Amino acid sequence: MASIATYAPGSDQLLMGNEAIARGALEAGVGFASAYPGTPSSEIIGSLAEAAKEAGIYAEWSVNEKVALEAAAAASFAGVRAIVAMKQNGINVASDFLMTLNLTGTNAGLVVVASDDPSAHSSTNEQDSRPIAKWADLPLLEPATFQEAKDMTRWAFEVSEELKTVCLVRGVTRVSHARGDVRLGEPMPPGQAGRFAPTSPIQFASLPAPLKHNLMHQKLAKAKELFESSRFNWYTGPEKPDLLVVTSGSGWFYSLEAVKALGREDSVGILKVGTTWPLPEKLVLGRLAQTEKVLVVEEVDAFLENNLKELVGGNLSSVGPLTFYGKGSEHLPAYGELNPDLVVQALASVLGIEKPARPSEYVEKAQALTGLVTHARVVGFCAGCPHRATFWSVKNALKLDGRGGFVTGDIGCYTMALGPAGYFQLKTVQAMGSGTGLASGFGKLGAMGFKQPVVAVCGDSTFFHAAIPALINGVYNRSNFTMLILDNSATAMTGFQPHPGTGTNAMGEPTAAVDIEALCRALGVRVEVTDPFDLKGTTEKLLGLMADEGGVRVLISRRKCALVRARQEKAAYRMRVDSERCLGESCGCNRLCTRVFQCPGLAWDSASGAARIDEVVCSGCGVCADICPASAIIREVA
Amino acid sequence: MEGKDPLNVIVTGVGGQGNVLIAQLIGRAMVRAGYHVTIGETYGASQRGGAVMSHLRISLDAQYGPLIPEGGAHVILGLEPLETLRVLAQYGNPEVTVIANSRPVHPLAVTTGAAEYPGREQIIRTLKQLSSRAWLLDATDIALGLGAGILANIVMLGALVGSGALPVGLEAFEPELRESLPAGKLDLNLKAFRKGIHEVSAAGEPV
Repeated sequence: MASIATYAPGSDQLLMGNEAIARGALEAGVGFASAYPGTPSSEIIGSLAEAAKEAGIYAEWSVNEKVALEAAAAASFAGVRAIVAMKQNGINVASDFLMTLNLTGTNAGLVVVASDDPSAHSSTNEQDSRPIAKWADLPLLEPATFQEAKDMTRWAFEVSEELKTVCLVRGVTRVSHARGDVRLGEPMPPGQAGRFAPTSPIQFASLPAPLKHNLMHQKLAKAKELFESSRFNWYTGPEKPDLLVVTSGSGWFYSLEAVKALGREDSVGILKVGTTWPLPEKLVLGRLAQTEKVLVVEEVDAFLENNLKELVGGNLSSVGPLTFYGKGSEHLPAYGELNPDLVVQALASVLGIEKPARPSEYVEKAQALTGLVTHARVVGFCAGCPHRATFWSVKNALKLDGRGGFVTGDIGCYTMALGPAGYFQLKTVQAMGSGTGLASGFGKLGAMGFKQPVVAVCGDSTFFHAAIPALINGVYNRSNFTMLILDNSATAMTGFQPHPGTGTNAMGEPTAAVDIEALCRALGVRVEVTDPFDLKGTTEKLLGLMADEGGVRVLISRRKCALVRARQEKAAYRMRVDSERCLGESCGCNRLCTRVFQCPGLAWDSASGAARIDEVVCSGCGVCADICPASAIIREVA
Repeated sequence: MEGKDPLNVIVTGVGGQGNVLIAQLIGRAMVRAGYHVTIGETYGASQRGGAVMSHLRISLDAQYGPLIPEGGAHVILGLEPLETLRVLAQYGNPEVTVIANSRPVHPLAVTTGAAEYPGREQIIRTLKQLSSRAWLLDATDIALGLGAGILANIVMLGALVGSGALPVGLEAFEPELRESLPAGKLDLNLKAFRKGIHEVSAAGEPV
């Protein structure tokens, strides 16, 4: 199959926004690409890594976002164009370095893409990344279309190089993770690495900070000038609109469709801003002066809206009286993602007209016919997922231990153990590595009368990303907890990317595998390894470690992700239910398999009053055979 | 569906059914035929088992946003019956065309006994009353007959093409399948695709 490196220049291709960003980087002659995977940003570096050999570039999965940015900055310092991608939480991790890199400045173009996840479809928050541009005094671009995702990324390298600073590009789920047709340009071969040759002793240092701070402001002033004539800002509509919609990113498509749906193309104008920090003040003020009402449409926070208000506040004499509508006026929600209906509703409300709706008769009929049957489909672990088996044992071990023990959680597929998928075992979820950091604190409360055992869970990729310092903190400070590492040999939730423990790098080359077990042993802690499919053994090992209150203990629950395994090998077992042996509701097991264990490969056959296997969903792991008290679930070697 | 611009198509199902692949194959075939296409995908945080929905906006004039307004679907391709009903309730209208697979994937609430899965008769009644035309096909059974339940999505793609709900036909899709699918599995996929086309014409009148 063709890749983003081989699609012909001039052709139209259906690309994911993230792939368009990656292609834009190739068209800009990028040489170095790095990231820690995170939805909805993962495909940027994922697709560059796939194309790396053809394109003659280097791509890596870094251990975390801060290191990804540091590594890419080195490329920039040495004269190689570099791109770094991350999700919104990732920019927090990278921000420590970013807040001095902004002072330091760059050499070859350095582009940082942060993809936000409004509505937190696959995140633990729905943070808006844009304020970091204002905070760090960095230029910010926001693509609204897939074509712009490509073209803006390409341009971002030029902006960065002209200003000698990082250029930020902000994606959102509906741009980064959506797909659209994109007309391609010519890829540019990466430049040869120059050399690291500072022109002054402080060129690549953030010091002296006040001097560099002043220089940074001069760069931002230059960015403002540059943005005044950017082709990514434009206006459509009448010269003097009754209402001006100002929008950026995903808001633009919705605004366009809303104005059309209400038939107000003649009286409502749309100013689409692609360069949202610093704002192109002359351009924006010129448009604001032509109207009296402004509706701002953007995801998630009122970033553009508040910056417009700030701009107007400083230029009262050049604009007339203005009324702002948007998140501040509650015409649009300041949380969750936008959609066309929300924007039509807001526009209709500001204009004082009715929002068009479906015939009420149809809506009532639909409600009556489907209202009772369309139960929410709760997300859960896949059939055959090792996490389900691990949390089954965690639940049993905590119960058998009987001291009110609990689990502090982390980020990954296993975050779903907050809900029914993992028997509600996780009691905390915050940031990468935080489960272990919290456990380290809980484990020091013994002197204050705290007696509950604490188990911190974390995945293998999360372990490398941020849990290692927390584990060492616990060891050093003699905290008392058990760390449970769920090692499924992949960064599963974001698309099975390799990580430092897998022995393969982003470009598919073999590399040294960091041994989690040996690393933990080197810290001097007690380490045990278990196969989660051995329910009895896992429960016993966990109980034993919880009882051993001699500091920090580690249990590694090691079993390959079921989806990764399914790609590599055939199912181990063919499963069936012996309907003679299954006693159903009369068994006394409370339907342990379907009501309690809840693997999606098991179904309840209400006609026969017995469990059955859904052969399309079942992955043949065989674990359910061990939980059936009537031995009615049979595993046969496949 | 002549004259609908943009043509709004929703492909829906459960994670693991190949929903995203189907949306991409339709999108790529339409771009190949000279259309502007946007696809917005909504899926839960899980790799498997959550509700998945792909919105396609297909237009000769312009690119549209990645989400279809409520009540704005022209075609719904449902890989799973319950998800089809869910999408129909939110995006349906009296003119919509629906093509649904009959094979349920039980949500947890049904597996645990907290809820009942709607019966086939109820599904057919709902499809009939909320659409202008609808097909309920045993695509998973057909796929299992071909040796792999996962092929149900390709059977359903064939059914969509066979129904005439898209402005392009078979000739636009076969080259796309040849290019996008692994060579070793192409023949089986083409067989599944043609079975789907046949199934719709054999079914004659919708439900």
